Amino acid sequence: MAFLSYLINGLGLGSVYAIIALGYTMVYGIAKMLNFAHGDIIMIGAYVAFFALSRFQLPLFVSVILSIVVCTILGVVIERLAYKPLRQASSLSVLITAIGVSYFLQNAAQLLWTSNTKVFPSIVSNAYLKIGDLSISYLTIITIAVCIAIMIVLTLFINKTKTGMAMRACSEDKGAAMLMGINVNTTISITFAIGSGLAAIASILLCATYPSVYPTLGSMPGIKAFTAAVFGGIGSIPGAFLGGLMLGVIETLTKAYISTQLSDAIVFAVLIVVLLIKPTGLLGKKISEKV
Amino acid sequence: MLKVENLVVHYGMIEAIKGISFTINDGEIVALIGANGAGKTTTMHTISGLIRPTKGSITLDGKELTKVNADKIVTLGIAQVPERRRVFASQTVEENLMLGAYTRKDKDGIKADLEMVFERFPRLKERRKQPAGTLSGGEQQMLAMGRALMARPKILLMDEPSMGLSPLLVKEIFSIIESINKQGTTILLVEQNAKMALAIANRAYVLETGKIVVSGTGEELANSESIKKAYLGG
Repeated sequence: MAFLSYLINGLGLGSVYAIIALGYTMVYGIAKMLNFAHGDIIMIGAYVAFFALSRFQLPLFVSVILSIVVCTILGVVIERLAYKPLRQASSLSVLITAIGVSYFLQNAAQLLWTSNTKVFPSIVSNAYLKIGDLSISYLTIITIAVCIAIMIVLTLFINKTKTGMAMRACSEDKGAAMLMGINVNTTISITFAIGSGLAAIASILLCATYPSVYPTLGSMPGIKAFTAAVFGGIGSIPGAFLGGLMLGVIETLTKAYISTQLSDAIVFAVLIVVLLIKPTGLLGKKISEKV
Repeated sequence: MLKVENLVVHYGMIEAIKGISFTINDGEIVALIGANGAGKTTTMHTISGLIRPTKGSITLDGKELTKVNADKIVTLGIAQVPERRRVFASQTVEENLMLGAYTRKDKDGIKADLEMVFERFPRLKERRKQPAGTLSGGEQQMLAMGRALMARPKILLMDEPSMGLSPLLVKEIFSIIESINKQGTTILLVEQNAKMALAIANRAYVLETGKIVVSGTGEELANSESIKKAYLGG
């Protein structure tokens, strides 16, 4: 029974990683860049939700929407101001810029809201669902359900809508996509908007579990989710989902059975092994050179 | 009518196109021939708006195109079949064709044109649910052509449609190009296979290291001694 409950908790944590990893992987798939500021969007989302809930006493639903809207706009603005001018630049320049944006956001948060940890209000009751000996917190169930819902909606969006089709075209060949009349800049903006909106959702799920808000809040989940995206195959949406869930489960089981201190080391060791055996990640596409 | 005037294009410091001028009248097939690196593809990409020229103008029926974004140029009636086809390999044949109609809103028209493309290329209909990457080279060329036709262009730019295809397939592709033209689409054809291109072109221009060196009707150029020597293998 203990194992099963660890497994479910792992899936809960993994769901948060998966939602964040989707942002990394979509941006990589379409803009071909690693947006290292993605984790810090989570942090901003957490602050927005915190202020909405505690200071302004807004209802949960309104706070969530507000956080999503702010993060979505922030993501698009960051892309326009920081990354768009570098469209023709080397990927190294873009990477360094992304790290710069990450530091900028962290320091801006520190300046605006100090580095003191703020306590995120409890938004989901601590009740547990009991099935025989097994008890699962409602929060875990909600987290997993949200993640699955996001996955389904996103998959339908990418595969069934015109915008989704344009996104896939841009990820394969931007020049050819332009020849189809697709506005590549708009498509990239939409991608950042979706990824950042998802980061906001992840921030609230994260803070519901670990209720402290501080300027570097996004770093660790950001890095873990990035790892999950690489693990699953960067650029692949099902890969981010699978990678996130697996990372969460591995981390939770390691903490339970091996060592709390070593859990991160073991998670990254697993990543290294996977990449040695399958360099493109679990579901990553083989990159074929065009002749 | 598409009119290119004194077009200069740079790649970084390198001047790839050194002031070329040419026109394509409605209903014509115009061929742009020349060796590798002469600037044929650069010219195509500049017309389509993928590259911005340093100087000069490109006008379609009097409207200046050099400041217009690539995605808007498609809506003005210029579609391109790019070099090496560049189909979206992981998307299905049908999705590729629908991407060709991306800028269009007329659902019924798109549906009719999809049927028209399938009629012209029956192989594509058979493979409509297959990822484009699994098609043969010839089928991919047909898909790239069908995809461009889905934009219902006034002018079709075709970049090296014969590349990598067997002589038999090249013949088939060229007869399709002719029939597309007969149905009213103006064509700018870029080719290394000068012989085939000159055979179907109303007029042609020869491009050498970024400059137009000769122009004339397809027939004139096909019979010119210097062209024969340089491009037609004796």
